[in-house]
Amino acid sequence: MSTSAPARPRVALFVSCLVNVFRPTVAEAAIALLEQAGCEVDVPPGQSCCGQPGYNAGAIAAARPLAQNLIRCFEDYDYVVAPTGSCTGMIVEHYPRLLAQTPGWHERAVALAARTFELTHFLHTVMGFVPAPCKGTASVSYHDSCAGLRELGIRQQPRALLAHAGVQVQEMQGTEICCGFGGAFCAKLPAISTAMADEKLANAVASGATTLAGGDLGCLLHLEGRAAVTGISLEFRHVAEVLADAHVAGHARDTAPDVGAGHARDTAAPVAPPQPSLNVHLGSEPG
Amino acid sequence: MQHTSEHFVQNSRIALADAQLKPVLGAVTTFLPALRQKAIDQTPEFEALRDYAVAMKDHVLDHLETYLADFERAVQARGGAVHHAAGAEDLNRIVLALCAGADVRKVIKGKSMVGEETNLNDALQGAGLEVLETDLGEYIIQQAGEPPSHIIGPALHKSKAQVAELFRQKHDLGERNLDDVPQMVREARQMLRERFLSADAGITGANALVAENGSIMLVTNEGNGDLCSILPRLHIVIAGIEKLVPTVEDASALHRVLCRSATGQITSAYTTFYSGPRRAEEPDGPVAFHVILLDNGRRAMRAGKYRSMLRCIRCGACLNHCPVYRHVGGHAYGWVYPGPMGSVLTPLMTGLERAVELPNACTACGRCEETCPMRIPLPEHLRQLRDDAATAGITPRAWRLGIGAAMTAFRWPWLYRASSGLARSAVAFLGRHPGVLRRVPVLRGWAQGRALPAPQAETFMGRWQRRQHGKSGEHRL
Repeated sequence: MSTSAPARPRVALFVSCLVNVFRPTVAEAAIALLEQAGCEVDVPPGQSCCGQPGYNAGAIAAARPLAQNLIRCFEDYDYVVAPTGSCTGMIVEHYPRLLAQTPGWHERAVALAARTFELTHFLHTVMGFVPAPCKGTASVSYHDSCAGLRELGIRQQPRALLAHAGVQVQEMQGTEICCGFGGAFCAKLPAISTAMADEKLANAVASGATTLAGGDLGCLLHLEGRAAVTGISLEFRHVAEVLADAHVAGHARDTAPDVGAGHARDTAAPVAPPQPSLNVHLGSEPG
Repeated sequence: MQHTSEHFVQNSRIALADAQLKPVLGAVTTFLPALRQKAIDQTPEFEALRDYAVAMKDHVLDHLETYLADFERAVQARGGAVHHAAGAEDLNRIVLALCAGADVRKVIKGKSMVGEETNLNDALQGAGLEVLETDLGEYIIQQAGEPPSHIIGPALHKSKAQVAELFRQKHDLGERNLDDVPQMVREARQMLRERFLSADAGITGANALVAENGSIMLVTNEGNGDLCSILPRLHIVIAGIEKLVPTVEDASALHRVLCRSATGQITSAYTTFYSGPRRAEEPDGPVAFHVILLDNGRRAMRAGKYRSMLRCIRCGACLNHCPVYRHVGGHAYGWVYPGPMGSVLTPLMTGLERAVELPNACTACGRCEETCPMRIPLPEHLRQLRDDAATAGITPRAWRLGIGAAMTAFRWPWLYRASSGLARSAVAFLGRHPGVLRRVPVLRGWAQGRALPAPQAETFMGRWQRRQHGKSGEHRL
């Protein structure tokens, strides 16, 4: 999908539950990248879960009010961007279907779906963002998460961004095969789930990479949790963190960087000049 | 066959622990997708063919009874007879009555999933008839006393060595070399040949029932279907009502889609159109020709939200591309139809309460829907079945309550933020105390074979809000 972006689009970041709870640094990295790409980023406080856990686990109707909440929360922005293919897929692919019979809401769902993007897709395709070269050259393999790959067509975008950042992606075998996370699946059928993880991890190790990057934290946490038990030493990082490393000095993984305060930005950011982080603000509060 | 779908979890653990099965499944689910992809790459019009096949099948489903009546008239005009079976037992009863009426003792069979669906072999043997499967894969599993593990390759779960061992046990042929596949095929052919010639009745399935002329299209790679239909004096075709197509042209389109999706072939080795009993001027063919059309839940499916499942042409592509099937194989699913299509059909045909785990055996990866030639939204059907199970109260209580509570709490953003904070603390605690995690309902599944990665120091929304408050404070100064 190619959309002509406003000069300085107002982007709402949809954080997603797993990023919110487990790895806030992914959201920080996403904000940094979006700002470097020339967006005005907002994190609307009215956001909640997209409803996917219920939708996929036998509570379809219960997902509807959550969908309506996100639509209300996000519909005034130029774009909604999320550092996840799975929750983005929920909004883009499933909200219109979920609200097809809800009077007055179907059109709003369709309109939001058209403006909602997964992070790497948005940066690469919509904003034409070219990240600066990476500081440390990690050897990275990329894990395609299924919802991103099949619902949204995310495959080449993160690889293009990584290539621009000077990160050589070492492709593994079987990138199109699921890692076994599958939301509730991983807890309902753990033996199958971990068998699938083992195959994915073996392929990742065989690629020769030391870091496995991906666009969905669910897959990464599942693989990281499995690797910890089976003694596989790989680093698992969200692609936003890897790309943001191209711009920040040091490693922003486990220590929460103060966005905007501690980032030594690469002045060679090609699309838009770096913006002061005060433009990142919560809701409609003044920045 | 025995129905064990309710034990899917235990079945899958047995399969996962089977060291011989793992490499076989890995190979099958790698080479079949590769063959399919190669065939599709050589067929630039494949997507248009899919669209045509889907529209054609949907049209037939819209006018099912009309086409059924057309088909029946056409079969009768050619001297055949059509019978209708509402359920599995009805079909078996009709077959038995036809066999009794023609003084049949020996039956040979071509491969038929409908026959598996109705447990036909058991019914025939129970009535004292001799039944022999003639498809090589079906022959192997019949000798082994096992159910099929794949809808197009019933014995795909067996390694070469296992088949050789089985043949040595079952065929009293003395010392011989059975090291390679051609030797085994020759031996099976030798065992089957005589039985073909002495059979009284042949039973085959159908890949398409052509309404315009009453023909039955059958696709095989071994030619055994043709021997079953031509040599015995009675030919019985058993098929689901959804196999109808309006014209020979439509059957041909379906054939192109089917062969590519199933085995990556441009065409199968044998494709035959059977058109009634032997006519006066013909040298061979059956004296009597009967078609039995099975409902077994299909009309009910047609009337409801799972209607598109009736587009299924039993190609097996969804099995070959399913990551769950890849690890557990067909037997774990516990009934006739495994993999994604089976996880939809089994609950619909045999009852959701007997197969409640099957819709869960899906990561929603979407590869089945992507490869299904008939564009059946399999993940959506599986999602809907999970919803049906929860509505019917069959889903475990802890899951229903847990998901329900979270979905309710998340309606209010402040409560979402508060519960995220609690969840973060809980996850941090549980990650450090896996012994406790293993006792928490719903979450304990994670702890089986996985550590819980530690969360960072604060939720993003919490951190963000605090920072924004700080910022507003600065502004006020």
